[in-house]
Amino acid sequence: MIDREQVRHVARLARLSLSEDEEARITEQLSGILEHVEKISALDLNGVEPTTHVIELTNRFRPDVPVEAPPREVLLEAAPEGDGDSAGFEVPSPQA
Amino acid sequence: MPASEEICRLSATELIAGIEAGSFSPAESIEAWAGAMESDDLNAFLWKGVEGGAEQGSGHLSGLPVAIKDIFCTSGIPTTAGSRILEGYKPPYSATAVERLTEAGAGLLGKTNMDEFAMGSSNENSAYGGVSNPWDRTRVPGGSSGGSAAAVAGGLAPCALGTDTGGSIRQPAALCGIVGLKPTYGAISRFGMIAFASSLDQCGPLTRTVADAALLLEVMQGQDQRDSTSVGLEAPIELPSSTDLDGVRFGVPAELVGGDVGIEVGVREVFEQTLSRIEELGGEVAEVTLPHAAHGISAYYVLAPAEASSNLARYDGVRYGLRVEADDLVSMYERTRSEGFGPEVKRRIMLGTYALSSGYYDAYYAQAQKVRTRIAEDFTAAFQGVDFVVTPTSPTVAFPLGARTQDPLSMYLSDFCTVPMSLAGIPAISIPAGLAAPPEGGPELPVGFQIAAPAFGEQDLLEAAHALEMSIGFQRLDQREGEGA
Repeated sequence: MIDREQVRHVARLARLSLSEDEEARITEQLSGILEHVEKISALDLNGVEPTTHVIELTNRFRPDVPVEAPPREVLLEAAPEGDGDSAGFEVPSPQA
Repeated sequence: MPASEEICRLSATELIAGIEAGSFSPAESIEAWAGAMESDDLNAFLWKGVEGGAEQGSGHLSGLPVAIKDIFCTSGIPTTAGSRILEGYKPPYSATAVERLTEAGAGLLGKTNMDEFAMGSSNENSAYGGVSNPWDRTRVPGGSSGGSAAAVAGGLAPCALGTDTGGSIRQPAALCGIVGLKPTYGAISRFGMIAFASSLDQCGPLTRTVADAALLLEVMQGQDQRDSTSVGLEAPIELPSSTDLDGVRFGVPAELVGGDVGIEVGVREVFEQTLSRIEELGGEVAEVTLPHAAHGISAYYVLAPAEASSNLARYDGVRYGLRVEADDLVSMYERTRSEGFGPEVKRRIMLGTYALSSGYYDAYYAQAQKVRTRIAEDFTAAFQGVDFVVTPTSPTVAFPLGARTQDPLSMYLSDFCTVPMSLAGIPAISIPAGLAAPPEGGPELPVGFQIAAPAFGEQDLLEAAHALEMSIGFQRLDQREGEGA
């Protein structure tokens, strides 16, 4: 159903680094799950509209009134790096 | 003033009535329940603390403590969603559902354990350890709202909040012998509820009685400007009072209840007894057909992981939660996510990313959305002939801890009877209907009876569930223990 190479590719897309063991286990488990899920591809659903939203809703607008945003230092407080005094979220360089 | 044990035997509506009658004060109620929470030996709570609720006259729920699933953001209070990746996170705001309860005077009674990011049917995927079922501590409480269900069933909280994406309120309620309501999609705001699969996630109550579920639903429901998919209910919910089912029509779908779908013998017996009871109460039982419902699990395990893979992209070690250091940015993301997420969450992110990836989108995601349309149409057609669709909530009673952890697919099939309603966005309730022995032997365990109604049919649903509940007279665990003590 799905092989190791595909699992490696998907892991890269999902920004997960899997150990050898995890890779093997996930390959086997995903294959089992996909085999079950695959049954829906046998259904003839030509012409059926895919669901986009389950309850009938049209666009809803609200008055464009500015409200107070949470203070910058409160939001930065939750960040793993730096503290409330940082200028922003700190990350390692993408080029390193 | 009654003793704490007496307060802790009351349902939420009885508690409110006791306070209104002056039998005890909100502060006495909160204190009694705080003591009950502290005695938790089920690992039902991830954070034990009480906020508010003790003040007299602060609202009609004054004195009622509500245990909150740890997926709801609570301002300044740790919120982990059962994941390592959010360990130590304190949100700067509260979820709308929680805010509405506290504005009505209710108190917050701890944060309850859950499967990581609500992915699971046994609570064994929590990064903070599993939860014991209070009926039999060697068994699971169900999931993902396992902590909430165990807390209510075990007498540690009078009521609790949960979330339900494919059965995560109804299934644990069934396995723990309490009431669990998943409202119509959009009835309650999802703002501040940590997202798993946004097109399916819905908040709802886990309670001792159907009336309690109505009480909490009415406070929480309503449109919210911060969730544009929230619509609320058309009319306020009233406490249900029906005691008969005269002329009410119940449909049994062969596709979910038929002989070949793996429903345990004991569960089937209780289900059939409940159907007879419906007839004794004046209701009619008919067969209905939901031709695509059996494909619900397949569609669900494409759609929910697809949405999750996108929703969980935000956990990248930058703005909150865990960071595992690395020299460059991409390695930091990868290490953080690999160490922060547990096996089931990784599995679903992988599954969802695969289903959405180039070349597979049409075969999986688009096809699953079409199945979803068909399932919703099946329900609409069924509701032309009946008022409600009924099934056992779970095909099995509570299973032993560890029994399904090695086989993800067998775990997924726990949601066989609950997923179709989630896909259709319709409301459904599980009420305890009786006890059955597990197939491997041992003491009898609770069996849940699921009733599903058309979208926004909550009032009628609660009335029918109430009438049935009154007739069944199920003895909850806390009532049994109360008598034994």
